[in-house]
Amino acid sequence: MYTQALNTAEADDRSLEDVAKAAQFQARIDAEERIEPNDWMPAAYRKTLTRQISQHAHSEIVGMLPEGNWITRAPTLRRKAALLAKVQDECGHGLYLYAAAETLGASREELVDTMLAGKAKYSSIFNYPTLTWADIGTIGWLVDGAAIMNQIPLCRCSYGPYARAMIRVCKEESFHQRQGYEIMLTLCRGSDEQKAMAQDALDRWWWPVLMMFGPPDATSQHSDTSTKWKIKRFSNDELRQKFVDATVPQAQYLGLTIPDPGMTQDADGHWRYSAIDWTEFKQVLAGNGPCNRDRMAARRKSHDEGAWVREAAAAYAAKRAQRQTAQAAE
Amino acid sequence: MPVANIQVSETPLVLYALRRADDALILGHRLSEWCGHAPMMEEDMALSNIALDLIGQARELYTYAAKAEGNDNDEDKLAYLRDVRQYRNLLLVEQPNGDFAQTLVRQFFYSAFADLYWRAMMTSRDTTLAAIAAKSEKESAYHLRHASEWIIRLGDGTEESHARAQAAIDHLWAFTGEMFAVDDGERALIHAGIAVDPGVLRGRWLKMLSDVVSEATLELPQNDWMQQGGRVGRHSEHLGHLLSELQSMQRTFPGLAW
Repeated sequence: MYTQALNTAEADDRSLEDVAKAAQFQARIDAEERIEPNDWMPAAYRKTLTRQISQHAHSEIVGMLPEGNWITRAPTLRRKAALLAKVQDECGHGLYLYAAAETLGASREELVDTMLAGKAKYSSIFNYPTLTWADIGTIGWLVDGAAIMNQIPLCRCSYGPYARAMIRVCKEESFHQRQGYEIMLTLCRGSDEQKAMAQDALDRWWWPVLMMFGPPDATSQHSDTSTKWKIKRFSNDELRQKFVDATVPQAQYLGLTIPDPGMTQDADGHWRYSAIDWTEFKQVLAGNGPCNRDRMAARRKSHDEGAWVREAAAAYAAKRAQRQTAQAAE
Repeated sequence: MPVANIQVSETPLVLYALRRADDALILGHRLSEWCGHAPMMEEDMALSNIALDLIGQARELYTYAAKAEGNDNDEDKLAYLRDVRQYRNLLLVEQPNGDFAQTLVRQFFYSAFADLYWRAMMTSRDTTLAAIAAKSEKESAYHLRHASEWIIRLGDGTEESHARAQAAIDHLWAFTGEMFAVDDGERALIHAGIAVDPGVLRGRWLKMLSDVVSEATLELPQNDWMQQGGRVGRHSEHLGHLLSELQSMQRTFPGLAW
């Protein structure tokens, strides 16, 4: 579903690389050329992208859990089918992104193992619980909305496979976002109970969603190299502001109140939000969000309980290959 | 306004459509429980896909049942406002997912039947059922291929997967007889060319099963005692729990639009 600005500073490795190649590489980036898997690239570029793409993939997979929590309880058959299809899309994004990461030389197994070992990050938004049906609408509207805001620029990312993956992912996310908003619209046109459910969900998700864009620019450690390499094209705060400006009128149309009494609109039309509680963000990143442990436990359980199935498939493939070799030899 | 269970006038045609709709919904629901928890991402995708096909079939069949009934019911009322005793699905499809082998054996038994059944139903004199059959047949053929491939891999994989697959076959076998049972109402529909006689499909169904199971180095049980009851609402204990989850929103917030 979404990755956030989690990259940490990368040591400048030009001293370890051929300086001429590095200059040529940067010239290609500056000329807006796409870098492809077999092209030469600095080791730090490869590492940064592998980490970012795999974190994005982990986020898609872990992101299946909070919404998956409502598949069996969706209130109508139409909603059930739409939600199931949506969560399935997230899985597809995960697979697609792991494949993009593999073009950089990492293996999916290795990346997944790192995540299961708790050594890789995924978007902290998925460490919040889905308590009511309105959370499903809110996730589609806001979480997917924030994801789109972040990912549209990634469609022009310098690394070809990632950029192309993002084009497809963004199309689907855009559909999810509309679907989420339509759930909210239905709730807000419904009974008082449904409106209250929608407002409560917005109250709980608003601030965590703003945190999805990552730490404020003033404290962000690492945007420089990512910007230079055209992996990142807008700063965290720029994207956050774009998102807020786009979302406020949508909330107004729904008749919902954004839980920020201090929010004001500038003369230039921008909505200025209040200070974000970054302590909460840091706590969630550190593993202390409401669902961090549950999410990791669920992923590990599926992985562990599925081990015998994967082993069976591998054993069968080996047997079949052996039989085919034996047959060919006859 | 508390919403109690709806009443359904189960004419033979309504009941016929309802039984197939319930099969598809309950099995689709079971498969959807895997979403996000499968042994590999490819299976999260595949099982969700199959679930979506089945839920789609259920929606068409419920809509048709509601139309044939001609009262105020619709797909959601039929799905969300009938209790265990009013559900008409096969006992097979309500059985819990268990491990991956149990889920796939359940799917294999059902899809092998559904594939033959929907293909035969394409010539139904009821044009709506024939149209649903034409779509469902394509889907079932794919579901069967997926399940068969897994039965072979599990059976001829490791010692553990073989044992689990065999245990699943032994456990679920007694729920397969119900697929071929026919009551008087259905017999009349068969006679009228609206329904097909499932009994005539049994030989081919068994052959399909035997071929796959033997390639998988597994065995079909000799025991031919079969459990019955789902078609008349006498279910296993499992269905009530499934329904309490499936229906929780409609039961908690009666009469609202979502």
